Amino acid sequence: MKLSDLKIGQHGIIKEFTDLALSVKLMEMGCLPGESVCLERIAPMGDPIAIKVSGYQLSLRKEEASKVILHT
Amino acid sequence: MKVALVGNPNTGKSSLFNILTGLNQKIGNFPGVTVDKKSGFCKLENNQVVSVMDLPGCYSLYPKTQDEAIVSDILSDKRNEFYPDLVIVVVDVTNLKRNLLLYTQVADLGIPLILALNMNDLAEKEKITVDINKLSELLGVQVVKISARNNENIQDLKKAIANAPSFAVHSSTYSIPQSSQNLVDRISDEFNYDNEYASLLLAHQYSAAKHLSKNESDRLGRFIQEQDFHSEDQQVEETIWRYTYIDKLIKECVHIAPQDVKPSLTDKIDDVLTHKFWGFAIFFLILLVIFQSVFSWAEYPMAMIESLFAWLDQIGHQYLPDGVFADLLLNGILAGLGGVIVFIPQIAILFAFIAILEDTGYMARITFLMDKMMRKVGLSGKSVVPMIGGLACAVPSIMATRNIENWKDRIITIMVTPLISCAARLPVYILLISLVVPDDKVWGFFDLRGLTLLGLYILGTVGAVFVAWIMKHLVKGKAGSYFIMELPVYRKPRWKNVFLTMFDKVMTFILEVGKIIIAISIVLWVAASYGPPSRMDTITAKYESPELVDSYPAAELERMESAERLENSYVGILGKTIEPVIRPLGFDWKIGIALITSVAAREVFVGTMATIYSVEGSDDDTANIREIMSAAKDPVTGAKVYTTATAFSLMVFYAFAMQCLSTIAVVKRETNGWKWPAIQFGYMTVMAYLASLIVYQLLR
Repeated sequence: MKLSDLKIGQHGIIKEFTDLALSVKLMEMGCLPGESVCLERIAPMGDPIAIKVSGYQLSLRKEEASKVILHT
Repeated sequence: MKVALVGNPNTGKSSLFNILTGLNQKIGNFPGVTVDKKSGFCKLENNQVVSVMDLPGCYSLYPKTQDEAIVSDILSDKRNEFYPDLVIVVVDVTNLKRNLLLYTQVADLGIPLILALNMNDLAEKEKITVDINKLSELLGVQVVKISARNNENIQDLKKAIANAPSFAVHSSTYSIPQSSQNLVDRISDEFNYDNEYASLLLAHQYSAAKHLSKNESDRLGRFIQEQDFHSEDQQVEETIWRYTYIDKLIKECVHIAPQDVKPSLTDKIDDVLTHKFWGFAIFFLILLVIFQSVFSWAEYPMAMIESLFAWLDQIGHQYLPDGVFADLLLNGILAGLGGVIVFIPQIAILFAFIAILEDTGYMARITFLMDKMMRKVGLSGKSVVPMIGGLACAVPSIMATRNIENWKDRIITIMVTPLISCAARLPVYILLISLVVPDDKVWGFFDLRGLTLLGLYILGTVGAVFVAWIMKHLVKGKAGSYFIMELPVYRKPRWKNVFLTMFDKVMTFILEVGKIIIAISIVLWVAASYGPPSRMDTITAKYESPELVDSYPAAELERMESAERLENSYVGILGKTIEPVIRPLGFDWKIGIALITSVAAREVFVGTMATIYSVEGSDDDTANIREIMSAAKDPVTGAKVYTTATAFSLMVFYAFAMQCLSTIAVVKRETNGWKWPAIQFGYMTVMAYLASLIVYQLLR
């Protein structure tokens, strides 16, 4: 399952990334493999989304979130 | 001693900087880029004065934006002019894990450090306790708890600065992997680096490193390839390694009480502010308030500034002896200075709002709300505020684009903002509309003139969106630009920060943009006041001749003379020269002259028209100018000059053309060179010309 597939309020645990360059940026922002994430809200026009990760709120585009694979 | 503040965005780093330096700060650009460089002085308790620099907020030393690259460049190169003697890493206690990543990187560069744990008030609310003695012992640095927002424990930090050792005593956190050791050794050797991590950073960033020559970076690139060094893989490995270290650290030193599950205040506010109806409704309401304030609140101080300069001008004319010197001083320099000062109210008001939006955390929500819509036309969610500001004035709005981190989004916003119809176009529109559009009502209540004006505003906005969409495909963006952005918790605005932002922006404008405006104003003034001496002498002689002096009243004679002088000045000659080019747009040489003089500012059009047609009364007496312009006839054909076709063609020209040297000057400052203002002036002039051509040829 991908981070972009989460529904609001649903939790997941990051497994891996499918984009290397993006993964560096996401890790710097605290999105590490093994870290728990929760989809908090979706922008009114459907994109971007906001997730809770390592204690704060991070927003990213759906396209970016689709490169984050979660544990099923 | 040089102290640098380093930290993630939204950690309170800027607040701390403001507390340490107060009004004792200077804002400028880092050389070669348009990233704010804030520096100032701070007095310690032992009366020692240290210089303090606020480096841009960043998440890691592997830069993703221009701002982040500055930090990496400065900290990894000992020969950099801004290389600090001491770094204060400011971290947000409520988000320690992510914040400490940057700390560990900076620590490994071997610069003396202090770790400042900020925002303890929020931490206490969230029940986070940090054993600072333990943390200090494990890291080997001084750790100070502060609350920049409440101005607490700043004395402790100042003491720590005074006690800081002159060399790094802290333990390093990361050891260079065996596979990269060879590469690191070679770089250390060749570039004379005494820090291994700095060498490793260079291996990652050699292609962007400004202090390397082309030759050096090519050589390094080849060597890196030979060594089978994959930058991104290495970064991933290093980042994971650092987080493992940080996890251990946090386990030993930080205690977090179990959290309540009930939603935080920020969540509740966000439920409203990012709601699909209320979110937009409130956002547009806020935009309306901003627009209204920049547009109308600024009017009173602007009118005061204008009357002050009018008064100074009058005083000058009264007491200074007539002559070239008085003329230059009053009509050149004083007028140019007035043209700069008059922008201050708008800049101050717009930046007060922007500072509040940033400070409260709402700006990030604007981006969140608007991103999808704005991205379609090549803009960013953050472009909305500058573009709305553009309705009042492009100058402060372009300065406001600095909040857009992505370079491509920023440049496109700068390029299209002047197309939004600003307040200075209003006098031109009003004059021309009243000239050709009848004062009728459509369907009983829509005012035809009002509708025409609205149409011009829509035209400008559509033009801006259209150009943005084209530029999205033409402008090359930097690879690796992401949307990924923190949504900070909502906070009360810090009024001191708001005030300092206003102050900084006004000073920057006066000092850096003002000089260009004054210089070009003087050039324009000279060109409009002087012409070939032979012609000017003839005019002087003509108006001194007894038959003219006797047959006209003095005031009218003076108006006639100034009209003739303008016609024969260099600007007048230029206006006549371009007549063949602007003929197809329906413009004669008189309009040509007004087009040139109004490059200084669009509203100058009205004044120039008044001079050319030697209109009685004050410059902005629209009614008089309108009558004379409406009666104006072509001397050869006898046809009316200001037909509907010509007036609409002219309005469309003003809607699109870059007739504003203050904007040109501010774009030069914000893009750090003449390239972008030249492109902008070029494309807007071509666009205005073509649009006017079409309008005139269709309506003729």
